[in-house]
Amino acid sequence: MSAKLAISRPGEGAAGKTGTWRTFRPVMDQEKCNKCGLCRLYCPDAAISVDLEIDLDYCKGCGICAEECPKKAIKMLREED
Amino acid sequence: MFEIRLHSRGGQGGVTAAKLIAYAAFLDGKYATATPLYGAERRGAPVVSFIRIDDEPIRIYSQIRNPDLVIVLDESIMQLVDVLHGIKPDGEVLINSQKGTEVEGHRTYPVDLTGISLALDLVLAGNPILNTPLIGAISKLGVISQASAKQVIAETFRDERNVEAALRAYEELKI
Amino acid sequence: MLTFGTGNKAVAMAARDAKPVVVAAYPITPQTEIVEEIANFVTDGTLAARYIPVESEHSSMAACIGAAATGVRTFTATSSHGLVYMCEMLHMSAGARLPIVMANANRALGPGWNIGAEHSDSMSMRDTGWLQVYVSTVQEAYDATMMAFRIAEHTDVLLPVMINLDGFLLTHITQTFETVEPDDFIPPTATPHAIDIKNPGGYGTLTPGNVHFKFRYDIERGMRASIPVIEETEAEFARRFGREYHLYEEYRCEDAEVVIIAMGTLGKEMEVAVDILRDEGVAAGAVRMRWFRPFIVPDLDGKDVVVIDREYSFGYGGILAGELQAKSGCRPFSVIAGLGGQEVTYDDIAEFVRIRRPGTEHWFGVDD
Repeated sequence: MSAKLAISRPGEGAAGKTGTWRTFRPVMDQEKCNKCGLCRLYCPDAAISVDLEIDLDYCKGCGICAEECPKKAIKMLREED
Repeated sequence: MFEIRLHSRGGQGGVTAAKLIAYAAFLDGKYATATPLYGAERRGAPVVSFIRIDDEPIRIYSQIRNPDLVIVLDESIMQLVDVLHGIKPDGEVLINSQKGTEVEGHRTYPVDLTGISLALDLVLAGNPILNTPLIGAISKLGVISQASAKQVIAETFRDERNVEAALRAYEELKI
Repeated sequence: MLTFGTGNKAVAMAARDAKPVVVAAYPITPQTEIVEEIANFVTDGTLAARYIPVESEHSSMAACIGAAATGVRTFTATSSHGLVYMCEMLHMSAGARLPIVMANANRALGPGWNIGAEHSDSMSMRDTGWLQVYVSTVQEAYDATMMAFRIAEHTDVLLPVMINLDGFLLTHITQTFETVEPDDFIPPTATPHAIDIKNPGGYGTLTPGNVHFKFRYDIERGMRASIPVIEETEAEFARRFGREYHLYEEYRCEDAEVVIIAMGTLGKEMEVAVDILRDEGVAAGAVRMRWFRPFIVPDLDGKDVVVIDREYSFGYGGILAGELQAKSGCRPFSVIAGLGGQEVTYDDIAEFVRIRRPGTEHWFGVDD
């Protein structure tokens, strides 16, 4: 193919480690979590794995997971400098 | 022409800070421009703004390549971005820093803008307001006059604590 | 009043001061601040206009057409995809001879997606019958918007005017500018063909092949008549408010052997390149084209010409370079630079002059 097209392929971190943009960090309470997986579905950065591990290298700390969690199992804590 | 490059993170108020500094220079009777460097607007991402101050009308729209002054509103950016890139040999650096960070080879003015703001409880949407103490600090460097710094703050912010923040930064910054 | 603000704000304030009766608009980056500011003016009562928030740019122009057809002053603003989306209505408004004024924040068209400055949006609308002016400072954005109403509504013209300002570079830069009290600088609208319920008529009716061309030619007549109207308006503006504008702006051209030609913010930045070249002993000058429609050709006889196009006509070349070549007979060194907000500095512009090869094309930054 000779045409140059602007296509972005799925991959990790096209914008670098966006975890550095974070002001608040999501912390999951495993006791409260019922593994429903809504946090993973809602995460706009696909930073939550199938096993519901949060990849802090890429999590921007938007807090959508905490907002959506029906069990209130995710808290947003201020990043320490 | 005096050129300032301001490094901050999206949401920290860097773009507004640039406008306010340029506005103060305008009140000093100078020509000034403030330009944000826009990408996709992203909270938390490293962003850059430019301020030019001159006695003549400014005809340049391209980015500042050789700043006279570099301002760093979030020192963690220094691990991601070369904030000194292209700085003039005698260029200076103002860093918002609690721990007095210095850079090698350039006169550095560390000042704890975040601390000043938090001490006065100047917090907007969870973030400390850095604009007003920054304007105080900049006026200490003589980039803008103290009178114009005061006027800009009075015109832009209703909360009296902003004036106090500027005064504290003015006093804390060591020349 | 001397003030300080962005290009967007200056356009909004000029529109406010010209007192349009209807503003119909749809927001789009990097123009949004214009229509936000105007919405604020309408809300706080400083502008007694009807603000119509519409569902698309096609509709914003359609609403302006409807309003202007009743003889009232109208204004809107758009950019990029918004402008090309209203393409049909652009032809419609010029064909209906409605003096609508619109600001366009010049921005690239996708894909690939890009919100930076580029002239492809407005240049691809060059044949719609709209007058087009390109500005280079916040002050000029204010002044050109103010003058646009007087030019568009002049009964010799009766064509819509588009004020073009570079996206972000000019829409978002903050500079000093002075607002004015227009008073009778812009006379009340007197659209001769305004809808009059006492004298009913059908608008946009069928014009068969034996008459259609006459209406088309009449658009061109309005376009040609706009040249003296623009000159007279700019002269009157200078008399009243002290700021001088011309169809195109020359910088250090008197004895120039090579001239750089560009529009928009590059047309201002290139003055710095001219100063650098002059210091090197190169007899350089610059011509900033302000009006692109009507197209007025500067005298380029015996000069080397370097044209910077911030757009491109695929399969043809740089549009400004091509039009200058066609109308003046010059053989420009055609530089394509600044697309999608590509960074172009005064040093780069000076280098274009140093490496010039008349009659050839150079894409800045492309090396294959």
